[in-house]
Amino acid sequence: MIDKKWIGHELPPSVLPIERSRLQFFAKAIGETDPVYTDAAAARDAGHPDLPAPPTFVFAAELDSGAAFQLVDLLQIPIAKLLHGEQSFSFHRTACVGDTVTVRSNVSDIYDKKGGALEFVVKTSRAVNQRDELVAELRTVLVCRH
Amino acid sequence: MTAPTFDGVAVGDELPPLQLPPVDRTTLALFAGASGDHNAIHIDIDVARRAGMPDVFAQGMLGMAWLGRLLTRWAPQSRLRRFDARFQGITHLGNAMRCSGRVVEKLMHGGERCVRIELQSANQFGQTKIVGEALVALP
Repeated sequence: MIDKKWIGHELPPSVLPIERSRLQFFAKAIGETDPVYTDAAAARDAGHPDLPAPPTFVFAAELDSGAAFQLVDLLQIPIAKLLHGEQSFSFHRTACVGDTVTVRSNVSDIYDKKGGALEFVVKTSRAVNQRDELVAELRTVLVCRH
Repeated sequence: MTAPTFDGVAVGDELPPLQLPPVDRTTLALFAGASGDHNAIHIDIDVARRAGMPDVFAQGMLGMAWLGRLLTRWAPQSRLRRFDARFQGITHLGNAMRCSGRVVEKLMHGGERCVRIELQSANQFGQTKIVGEALVALP
């Protein structure tokens, strides 16, 4: 069983610079063909200062930093039993090339269902930019399947 | 395509669906690098098999990114207020996902006129892999 003492645990902050080549790589990886996401001129025409990070991109912050997998280790969830159950985003402003996003998360809940056959970890995150303006709020539900 | 407006959208309207090509290993490798999700279970068949899976399989966030494409080609990203996904099944190699969305409610939210959209991602066999919801503010 995942120890419920981790409820309230705060992950170390994860800093994600929003970089042009990374966004272009991400666009390629998801098959994005809208030039707003790959061509700075098209992005400016659409009202952005530069290429915007697509809606789900900031999820990369805690993957790049290692914080996401460190949490899985800390909670002693075997990677083979780990599933991503749910993901939510609330958006406040779009991060663009040149911004630096910092994600701060905590473990907001741990619970189980089916007599412990399924365990759930809820992680709640805030993503802010370099001016400490709120970019997005995230909620992640991880599932450990026994 | 012109951007949708609140008055021009009705409950029941479908977003133009997004049909993806079948998932292959290259897609998974590229997404691992681009997303930062280096979990080897998605890119190394040996690791996947040791975990009891027949083969590598798609990252959940790849499927959610595809649903994001469905949304941002319908309305500008700056209009997106919420985006939720529930991962219901594993997307396997060869699965050709079709992302679809339907307006289910028109409402006021945070002082803005918004539409609530039900989202779904299903493969060519009709198996639903992701269900979700989005809230989009419309002019």
